Amino acid sequence: MDFDVVIIGCGVAGADCAYELAKYDLRLCVLEASNDVANGTTKANSAIVHGGYDPLPGTKMARLNVRGTAMMGELCRKLDVPYRNNGSLVLSLAEEDDETLRTLYAQGLANGVPGLELLDRERTLALEPNLSPAVRGALFAPSAGIVNPWELCLALAETAVRNGAELRLSAPVTAIRRTAGGFCLSTPKGEVTARYVVNCAGTFSDRIAAMVGDRSFAIRPTKGEYFLLDKSEGTRVDHVIFQCPTPAGKGVLVTPTVHGNLLVGPNAVPTGPDDTANTPAGMDYVRASALRAVPGISFRDNIRNFAGVRANSDRDDFILTESAAAPGFFHAAGIKSPGLSAAPAIGPELLDLLEGAGLKLKKKENYIDSRRRVRFHELSDEEKNALIREDPRWGRVICRCETVTEGEIVACLHSPIPPVSVNGVKRRVGAGMGRCQGGFCGPRVQEIIARELGMDQTEVLMDWEGTWVLCGETKGGSAL
Amino acid sequence: MTEHELVVIGGGPAGLAAALAAWEQDVRDILILERDNQAGGILNQCIHNGFGLHRFQEELTGPEYAGRFIDLVKQTDIQIRTDTMVLDLTRDRVLHAVSPRQGYEAIRAGAVILAMGCRERTRGAISIPGARCSGIFTAGAAQRFLNMEGYMVGKRVVILGSGDIGLIMARRMTLEGAKVLACVELMPYSGGLTRNIVQCLNDFDIPLYLSHTVTDIRGKNRLEQVVVSQVDGNRSPIPGTEMVFDCDTLLLSVGLLPENELSRQAGIEIDPRTNGPLVWENRETDLPGVFACGNVLHVHDLVDYVSAESEQAGIAAAAYLHGNRPAGGEIRLVNGTGVSYTVPQHFHREAETLELFFRVRNIYRNAAIRVLDGDAQIARFKREHMAPGEMENIKLPKVLLDRVRGNVLTVEIEEAPV
Repeated sequence: MDFDVVIIGCGVAGADCAYELAKYDLRLCVLEASNDVANGTTKANSAIVHGGYDPLPGTKMARLNVRGTAMMGELCRKLDVPYRNNGSLVLSLAEEDDETLRTLYAQGLANGVPGLELLDRERTLALEPNLSPAVRGALFAPSAGIVNPWELCLALAETAVRNGAELRLSAPVTAIRRTAGGFCLSTPKGEVTARYVVNCAGTFSDRIAAMVGDRSFAIRPTKGEYFLLDKSEGTRVDHVIFQCPTPAGKGVLVTPTVHGNLLVGPNAVPTGPDDTANTPAGMDYVRASALRAVPGISFRDNIRNFAGVRANSDRDDFILTESAAAPGFFHAAGIKSPGLSAAPAIGPELLDLLEGAGLKLKKKENYIDSRRRVRFHELSDEEKNALIREDPRWGRVICRCETVTEGEIVACLHSPIPPVSVNGVKRRVGAGMGRCQGGFCGPRVQEIIARELGMDQTEVLMDWEGTWVLCGETKGGSAL
Repeated sequence: MTEHELVVIGGGPAGLAAALAAWEQDVRDILILERDNQAGGILNQCIHNGFGLHRFQEELTGPEYAGRFIDLVKQTDIQIRTDTMVLDLTRDRVLHAVSPRQGYEAIRAGAVILAMGCRERTRGAISIPGARCSGIFTAGAAQRFLNMEGYMVGKRVVILGSGDIGLIMARRMTLEGAKVLACVELMPYSGGLTRNIVQCLNDFDIPLYLSHTVTDIRGKNRLEQVVVSQVDGNRSPIPGTEMVFDCDTLLLSVGLLPENELSRQAGIEIDPRTNGPLVWENRETDLPGVFACGNVLHVHDLVDYVSAESEQAGIAAAAYLHGNRPAGGEIRLVNGTGVSYTVPQHFHREAETLELFFRVRNIYRNAAIRVLDGDAQIARFKREHMAPGEMENIKLPKVLLDRVRGNVLTVEIEEAPV
């Protein structure tokens, strides 16, 4: 056996699983289909840490949401992940919503959500003066917050790698064979054998399950479309603003992001597992819905639309269990909303399941449980100068919208999980995330990637495999 | 903290011309802060010709035009500090900047000229639907790749928007061997200069689809197809008019936005019509001692006009530093029928000849520009042709201004009788 445990998928669930398992003396491997971590549902969602009043009491979703949310602040502090505990409001905008709020409140109490309060109109508007005048009241969840989801995933994965886990990127699992005492997984990068396998393959997790003959669940991928607005709109609201949920989902929310932008979305439309296209109907719906709660949003300050695919399933709960069809094979599947909120608790849950199945756990002696990343724009003047004196590249601003310097980009290219694409750099340091959307810095980021990783600039991708940017040199040739 | 008499933010054509004009007015301590690694701004990637026809009566390329000003600056003691990004501007004119050589520094300026230029509107700004594949570039980013880095961005190209950069890139991509399949414009008229339509599209048989837009982008990894639809009078796509283009590249030339983040930080009032600071006739903003010129003030079509405007700002900054303030009360300019903005937005009653720059809202033939003082017409200028893509300007001599009684002047378009 090459490994004790192989985790399939390095989204936030797989990464948390790796982070928890890496605390023990285990041979651990993570196989990720894409060329970067966090490249599926984890990078395109509402980036919300939910209070935990939505899931029905008694479900895994309810238990892990409340537990994950309680763990999130400390985890993000330890691993230097942007997180803000800004609280959430579910609005009542019509008489029938009042009843929904009372139901959510009761559910929240049953789930153990701390600090829940039903607010009247005045208190709601005092907290959020830009809400619709039609607002009648709100359910306030002070434990809710916002987080950078892809950096959370990256931080968890990086920490696992620094503690000895092996991460193989661009390694989609194409077949799984049972062997004596374990499994053999085929990837284009060769075969991997392991005693235990954990399926964290997101919107593809039913296909992975089918590879071991487990057809007990089906993923029903559900797309959500978003608007990301300029920072000039970032203070339109301070809390996460929800409307009352419908059978289709939690509805369209309006929230600040940890980066200071305003995020608006999503809708919920059944789709394929990797369909992230925006549609005119979806965008119109999101725009109109959001304006019902926060009428002043200036959509002309939109800087980007995107869509994410939820790993909804044919079950009403997360699928966190050992496969009945294949003992030793575990699922963390159907991790729909509130999957991100629950993520810190998903790893420990799987750890318990694996231990219950016979995995021997021995704590590592020197587990590194911290991470630091320099964010130039957050430093004091003195700290900035100290860095620039050490390496002048810290003084060269590459991304002018987000004030990201060459020093930060170079540092991320030599980090435990180096990016191989322009968007990989964007997810790590924020270059290209701003209002010009990489119009100015994109070419310079490409040049730095090529230089630091020793590749030709034409090989640098926009994002996942196949997303080429340049097709060759001009007639006059490149300047380099 | 260091101190300088005049700090110019931006070393493109606006900043260079403004600094030179201030130097001519005996300002001797001038610092230009440029974020790129060389002066010249966006002109450095504009390797086509057509620059300088007004200014130098000859056709120069962008780098040549910039070079003329850079050479003049080199003959002075004006300092240009490249690789320097201004991060903050305070109301008392303290700039915070960062650079590899100087580190993080604060600079107190006697006067400031804002010359940061503009940026391109992106896919997100206009919410184009479709897949999130690669192969979608703003025209200017593609231009940088081709002209400064020496790389091609694709082989089969559709261009959305008929702004000048898009038109120039249609020709440039064609010359590099790419096939440009279409230029698609939402409006019923082009947003670019007529000469660019002729020289960059017609000369290469590239079709221009007016009143059309991109309604879908398809491609799993790299762009594979773009769907183009006709739009109705409300600019809404008309179902059934879809055309599908097999292409690997979509270039966006859908407008430019003045880059006024620093101006906003300093609390300078921004005109929502230009997205640039609200200025007096001398290009002074509402923050005394801070002036603005070039594309940060309003988007120009011709660099020649940028240079001229920036010289006004440079002269005015010098006058400010020498203690000379404009005299007279405020007269505001109001946009009448058919006018989308004016620069300046207001002027002092004692102003010398007032040159007004503005854009019209529609295509006009045989129309006239009228200037009204209340109900009374004080000037009328005939125009054979006006279009939103071509900036208009008129001059109001002092003798005319002296006759103004009210404190509001209206500029409007009088359409020719049908």
